[in-house]
Amino acid sequence: MNSAAFIVTAIFTVAAALAAATLRKLMHAALSFAVALVGVAALFFLLGAEFVGLALVFIYIGAVAVLIVFTILLTRRDVGRNRGFNWGGALVAVAVFGSLTWSILKTQSLAIIAPHMPALTVKQIGAALMTTYVWPLQCVGLLLTAALIGALILVMEEKR
Amino acid sequence: MSKSTDQVFLNAKQWLLSWLAGSPTWMVQVVSSLINIFTLLAVFLTLFALMSVLERKILARMQNRYGPNRVGPFGLFQPIADGIKMLIKEDIVPMRADKIVHFLAPILIAAVAILTLGVIPYGRNMTPFTIDGGILFFFAVGSATELAVFMAGWGSNNKYSMLGAMRAIAQMISYELPLIISVLPVVMVVGSLTPDRIVAAQAEYTFGLVPRWFVFTPWGAAAFILFFVSGLVESNRTPFDVPEGESEIVAGHMTEYSGFKYATFFMAEYLGMFAVSGLGITLFLGGWHAPVRMLEFIPSYIWFFAKLSALLFVYVWVRGTLPRIRVDQMMNFAWKFMLPLAFTCIIAAAAWHYCRRGARGWLWSFLVIAIVYTALSMLLDTKRKFAPRVYRFAE
Amino acid sequence: MTPTLQVFLIVSAALFSIGLLAALSRRHAIFILIGIEMMLAAANVNFIAFWRFGPQHQPPIGVMIALFSIAIAAAEAAVGLAMVIAVYRHYHTTNVDQLDQLKG
Repeated sequence: MNSAAFIVTAIFTVAAALAAATLRKLMHAALSFAVALVGVAALFFLLGAEFVGLALVFIYIGAVAVLIVFTILLTRRDVGRNRGFNWGGALVAVAVFGSLTWSILKTQSLAIIAPHMPALTVKQIGAALMTTYVWPLQCVGLLLTAALIGALILVMEEKR
Repeated sequence: MSKSTDQVFLNAKQWLLSWLAGSPTWMVQVVSSLINIFTLLAVFLTLFALMSVLERKILARMQNRYGPNRVGPFGLFQPIADGIKMLIKEDIVPMRADKIVHFLAPILIAAVAILTLGVIPYGRNMTPFTIDGGILFFFAVGSATELAVFMAGWGSNNKYSMLGAMRAIAQMISYELPLIISVLPVVMVVGSLTPDRIVAAQAEYTFGLVPRWFVFTPWGAAAFILFFVSGLVESNRTPFDVPEGESEIVAGHMTEYSGFKYATFFMAEYLGMFAVSGLGITLFLGGWHAPVRMLEFIPSYIWFFAKLSALLFVYVWVRGTLPRIRVDQMMNFAWKFMLPLAFTCIIAAAAWHYCRRGARGWLWSFLVIAIVYTALSMLLDTKRKFAPRVYRFAE
Repeated sequence: MTPTLQVFLIVSAALFSIGLLAALSRRHAIFILIGIEMMLAAANVNFIAFWRFGPQHQPPIGVMIALFSIAIAAAEAAVGLAMVIAVYRHYHTTNVDQLDQLKG
């Protein structure tokens, strides 16, 4: 694993995520959220899980980001009003980050480097999905169908 | 002899890399990737330039006129004139437009189109980047096109652009499903997402004459037609060019773009066409294999580009023949016809595989597709829903 | 210097707390949803990092959990955004401070 690639990717991802959380305009925040997700996919590639990275790009950027920008478009009545930033939330977030980092750095058993492993092929993931994880797979299918129907019913215009 | 002409580009690249014999491995990898990237860009940008003039000439011939024929022999230097025109045009950005988003949209759409070209096998051992989930990479990166179209429409701060972008995204999302599901039978039968493996699975010939391409099976033919039509829609080509129909919505999401940025959108559309055709050739038409065993001495990349030219000719042919389809007709077609038929192709491929791929498998898969197709055509019949057309003439 | 597991976990913690920042300190409903999705992505990074640096099981458990988590996050985003649109249609606002009809 290349440390230069990791540092560049990590800084890129965290910067894009910060932009997504603090930008004033909603559309810019949504687009930098998509950029942050590209960074997370790059992190997955570095960690050797290419299939999960590609699935993330496909599902999150191809679908969830498009959904978010569409919803921003459809709910645009009060744009431009300066809404306040809740500084209490920022304090909580900094506190959470501080405590997590302190506990990570305290745990010495986590200071390990990556062991050599054979590359994870799509065949292995497919075999696992169809043998050990076949029940969760069917349940996720049912869940996605339920979410699809539920979302449709929520936004359907009612017949007067 | 034919082996060396087949691998001539690989040998050239190895010779170039031998100049770096003593460098560290990462540098050799980077230079190798850069050589791949530059070759890919050179080939496909030249093909784009050629295609832009050839399309106009072929369309013109279908409409009983000459195309551009003044610049150079038979008008083939027309792209140079077009390029100079696009480059010297003034770059107008609307005053209230969102500058960053407006600037990034054409860059993103062109980058996405070029990225998808990198996983297609162009010849024997000639895939630029071998990724284990190559087909998934293609679709994952291609799905970022929608976001780029939305950025173009929204960043222009223009109601027509926004409307055009919404229509374009609705069209692209609706047809992305049949596109991907029609690829699933091939992936299922081969058992791998790697394009190289899929091409290698179509290598044999029955009786030395008929190749074992997937398009020559019932489910493969149906899936190829679905894939081709969805590819037409994804590149916003006539008859599905509602997003950029000049008579309807000016230029849709590309209205506020002038000069080089418009040329970038144009280039991204054509490169998307090349990428989808290349993927169709890889999945259904046997990749770089020859049609008959006799002709295997012709290099593999020549076969690939011959098939690509045939598919691009069909693209232009369809553009010159069919009128534009209405938006609601297009959506109905996608959700009510193509999606069920795409699911049927999966079942037909499974039937073919489990009858051990013989004549019985052919029969069963053909029956499955024929039954579903007939049922769909009877259920979606619109003749009874609209009144018969009455012609009134001036008296 | 190859990155250790701690560095990956710190990156994941940073992403998680940025998502928490977006979810807690903004008043627009869609911002809160963006924050929630960011937190889910950070948790996925955590899972994959532990899978990579840990003993390799067959089947790869961390990868499976991350895949299912991505699918469930997509479903939840769809339903959440549908709710935002439905609420906007009724109350004509997306400011969560003004959605307090159930307050005692």
